[in-house]
Amino acid sequence: MLEYGLRFLAGGIAVCAFAALGDTLRPKSFAGLFGAAPSIALATLLLTLSQKGAPFVALEGRSMILGAFALALYSWSVCVLLKNFLLSSWTATMAALIVWFAVALGASAALFQLS
Amino acid sequence: MIVQFKPSALRQTRWYEYLVRFVLGGAMTVVAGLIAARFGPVIGGLFLAFPAIFPASATLIEKHVRERKEKAGLPGVRRGKEAAALDAAGAALGSFGLAAFGLVIWLMIVQSPAWALVFAAASWLAVAVLGWHVRRWL
Repeated sequence: MLEYGLRFLAGGIAVCAFAALGDTLRPKSFAGLFGAAPSIALATLLLTLSQKGAPFVALEGRSMILGAFALALYSWSVCVLLKNFLLSSWTATMAALIVWFAVALGASAALFQLS
Repeated sequence: MIVQFKPSALRQTRWYEYLVRFVLGGAMTVVAGLIAARFGPVIGGLFLAFPAIFPASATLIEKHVRERKEKAGLPGVRRGKEAAALDAAGAALGSFGLAAFGLVIWLMIVQSPAWALVFAAASWLAVAVLGWHVRRWL
């Protein structure tokens, strides 16, 4: 329970810190880089490292590469939905989640058999 | 185009908007840990790059820009969407930095955990910023 309390605290602080940094930067396209900051990874990897060991974290890192490419396609989809279809941000970001799940889980199944 | 740092922009964000980000970020970190514990590191690692707070952030950007434009007597709806779209385009470029972060962790963490984290964070920043500059040159 303590572990998950620490994860919550560390994740919340890391996400807020990167988001606040993004808020202060212009132009918006540069600030957007911080929307894909490794906030959750940084918050969670140290805890995972101490509890499960480095080989476990290495496998997480390998999967994170696929997750990141899924995030790139997700973000691009959001951009298209906002610019070309003029959806609201909430609708566009929620609708595009299907892209993230399809790419991340599909690529993982193809490359690693979801092992 | 020069990158500018504007700390005054922080005043535009209300306290409850920070709270939403904190709770979403904390909750997603817990969920990522639970998924890794239940399904293993292959699936768990994917969720280290899940766009957990992206919907909230994009909605806030759209809202802030719309309010600022409407306050100045300008139509703000379209501008708000364009600002959120620009942020998403930046996040797409930043994702390549996140992939570099994962790559360094994968290749280095077993040999040298501390240096792996330092190099991974540096790789994320370098690849993301380089990607942004390359995109501007093209």
